[in-house]
Amino acid sequence: MAVFVLKRLASLLASLLFASLAIFLVLEVLPGDPAAFMLGLNAAPDTVAALREQLGLTAPLPQRYFGWLAGMTVGDFGISYTYRVPVSDLIGARVQVSVPLAAYALTLSTLIAIPVGAIAASARNTPLDAGIMGMTQLGVALPNFWFAMLLVLVFSVGLRWFSAGGFPGWDDPFAAMRALTLPAVALALPQAAILARVMRSSLLDTLDQEYMRTARAKGLSQGQALRRHALRNALIPVLTIMGLQFSFLLAGAIIIENVFFLPGLGRLVFQAISARDLVVVRSVVMLLVFAVVTVNFLVDFTYALVDPRLRRPVS
Amino acid sequence: MSTLRVQDLSLSIRAVQILENVSFEVGPGEILGIVGESGSGKSMTALSILNLLPRHSQLSGSVTLGGLELSGLSDRAMNAVRGDDIGMIFQEPMTALNPLKTIGSQVAETAWVHGHAGGREASRIAREALDRVGLEAEEFPLIRYPHELSGGQRQRVGIAMAIALRPRLLIADEPTTALDVTNQAQVLGILKRLVREDGMGLILITHDLAVIAEMADRVAVMQSGRVVESGPVREVFRQMRHPYTRKLFSTSAHVPQRTPRAFERTLLDVQRLERRYAIPKRLPWEPQRYKLALDGVSLNIAKGESVGLVGESGSGKSTLARTVLGLETAQGGAVHLEGLPIRGPHGTAFGTRRETQMVFQDPYGSFNPRHPVGRLVAEPLHLLRNGAPKGADRKALVSLALERVGLAATDADRFIHEFSGGQRQRIAIARALIVEPTLIVLDEAVSALDVSIRAQVLDLLAALSERLGVSYLFISHDLHVVRAVTDRVYVLRQGKIVESGPTAKVFTHPEHDYTRTLIAAAPRLDAALKSRFGDA
Repeated sequence: MAVFVLKRLASLLASLLFASLAIFLVLEVLPGDPAAFMLGLNAAPDTVAALREQLGLTAPLPQRYFGWLAGMTVGDFGISYTYRVPVSDLIGARVQVSVPLAAYALTLSTLIAIPVGAIAASARNTPLDAGIMGMTQLGVALPNFWFAMLLVLVFSVGLRWFSAGGFPGWDDPFAAMRALTLPAVALALPQAAILARVMRSSLLDTLDQEYMRTARAKGLSQGQALRRHALRNALIPVLTIMGLQFSFLLAGAIIIENVFFLPGLGRLVFQAISARDLVVVRSVVMLLVFAVVTVNFLVDFTYALVDPRLRRPVS
Repeated sequence: MSTLRVQDLSLSIRAVQILENVSFEVGPGEILGIVGESGSGKSMTALSILNLLPRHSQLSGSVTLGGLELSGLSDRAMNAVRGDDIGMIFQEPMTALNPLKTIGSQVAETAWVHGHAGGREASRIAREALDRVGLEAEEFPLIRYPHELSGGQRQRVGIAMAIALRPRLLIADEPTTALDVTNQAQVLGILKRLVREDGMGLILITHDLAVIAEMADRVAVMQSGRVVESGPVREVFRQMRHPYTRKLFSTSAHVPQRTPRAFERTLLDVQRLERRYAIPKRLPWEPQRYKLALDGVSLNIAKGESVGLVGESGSGKSTLARTVLGLETAQGGAVHLEGLPIRGPHGTAFGTRRETQMVFQDPYGSFNPRHPVGRLVAEPLHLLRNGAPKGADRKALVSLALERVGLAATDADRFIHEFSGGQRQRIAIARALIVEPTLIVLDEAVSALDVSIRAQVLDLLAALSERLGVSYLFISHDLHVVRAVTDRVYVLRQGKIVESGPTAKVFTHPEHDYTRTLIAAAPRLDAALKSRFGDA
């Protein structure tokens, strides 16, 4: 097990290094001067030169790259060009919205999808199964921003249960969670629809396995066999999808954050791109890469927890 | 009083009659063998007793266990019977265990689910059951996972699960079919001992008459859902009143007609072949270690000759076959076909692929289920490159190949799932034959077939060999088959050839201990009857 974790950790570090190099090369080395790009077409040459100086673009490439890496390891991401504040402060504030939102949405989608998928599988080829599958089709097809607007119309404008947008901060955790609820639901339902379909087909495969018949022959009821033998086996493919979904929720919530006026990472990177603030862009992109790679590492780690064949391979 | 009494059991699934008035009894400490070919209803009979049937099944008749009528019991009441009063062992040890749970917890579950014990007591029962099937605590602690065990060991875990609560009846459905001869002998020995120790009844389902002859007290012969003959083994096997019993006997002992020939020209020449696999490293800086799957194997096959390759599972038989065909790269040694190296600079030489074809063990798994049979059979024709026939010629060639293996030309339009196991294997042979190869490698090609179909396929292979002069490399753990159809035989053990020679000589006068062990472990019908009942 320790070996497995060490190996995965090494590959995690390698991915991060590779990604940082790619980001650095694309943003700073490829033809085109970052300073000139940030200032736009009509900038005076001496302004560009001043910005180059300010951004440290005059230093040799390796020094810039390793300086950037070293800075990030101690939480120094540089100073935002547009906001004139440390990028770490900007990111710090946004992460407090984006990570809880993604976690909230993933929790919701998992809590909905796994039981729904399991019910559909155990009721295979019945009207109930067909009904559930029809609903998930719809869930996959609906764009989440449209669904978000629908939620706002019903629960904010109509019923006035939730506010239509904005985020009050974590001083009042209850209010914060409330503000995140509609966005989380809007994000979660399409993901839940996908996850429920994966869960159903994975469980159906598992139900046909011979060890299920063995379990019944031992005297387990259908339900016991399902809970004790099928679920964990069926979860392995579901985990893969969940890992992908978390990454997507973290980085891909831009539209939903805009619909609900949430100060999240998605909005930050969107604004930074519009303002050509490359310092913020490269830091947020690196952070998202870090999050995705870490989540994948955690998923791999969970595989090993679930599946002894990975934990204790036979040579 | 009998342990189990089955009376007039009939089963239909979606209006298809599967079982018809099946009746038999099993007494305490008695072994009832149920023998028959696939589709005869053996497994369905077992599942009917446990009432673990597929949907849309309609069951009638009576099943009584020690006086308790089981038919008509609710699923809940049957849950209490399954595992506690009746244990069951399945054919495939590789898939019958949950890969994510330890063997200890899977055996203990039997005790737990019936409320006999929980926690430590259930573990103690599991330990005892595993000990009883010869999986000692030292080497097989409860925390082992199925993937850490071999097929034979997994099958013993399956037995431990079934006997943990000392049921009154044990049903074993082809428990040794997936095992090699030495493992088979061990598992059968364990079953026999458990029956004696616990006084339980055992229903042993098998297609192998020799296993019945060695194990069973009484036998029921099944054919298309009916018991056509039953009684004490000696009586049934001696008198063979029913024509189907006679047919089973004659086909299982079937030896195809082969005229002895002298072979001159060497077709395949394998010299000091070495194949090793890298063992996954646990730490990146560890030195790379290797597992030697083939350790200097030399072997040759003459044109038209039929050569056998025997050995236990894991001895390297399939690796040898794959390496000889160039499907795997050897790390040392050389393979020549008609004097030419089989591997060119860009993988397997094109000529080799045309001259050699392979027939696999699982005929169904080796076909794409979405293509019609005609397309499947025609698949190797691309090896002829521009010489490949087109249109009507191609169709004629497919028809010819199908007819050669005893199928109809019209079968080309059907799909593989519409055929029986034996027919599928014939289609696989037709596919191998269509490019008229000089060598066909048969990897356990008849192991999954019923005796009568196996006899047909063996006849077919023998006839094709004589008519077309094709050579065979015949890989099997079934020694009788190898003995019946090959001219020479090689015995492979842990990647090394330990003995080789003319088949008749190796089988009658084995020189190596390992060969002797293999031959002794293989059940033989005549020998079993003779040793148990004195006369032959």
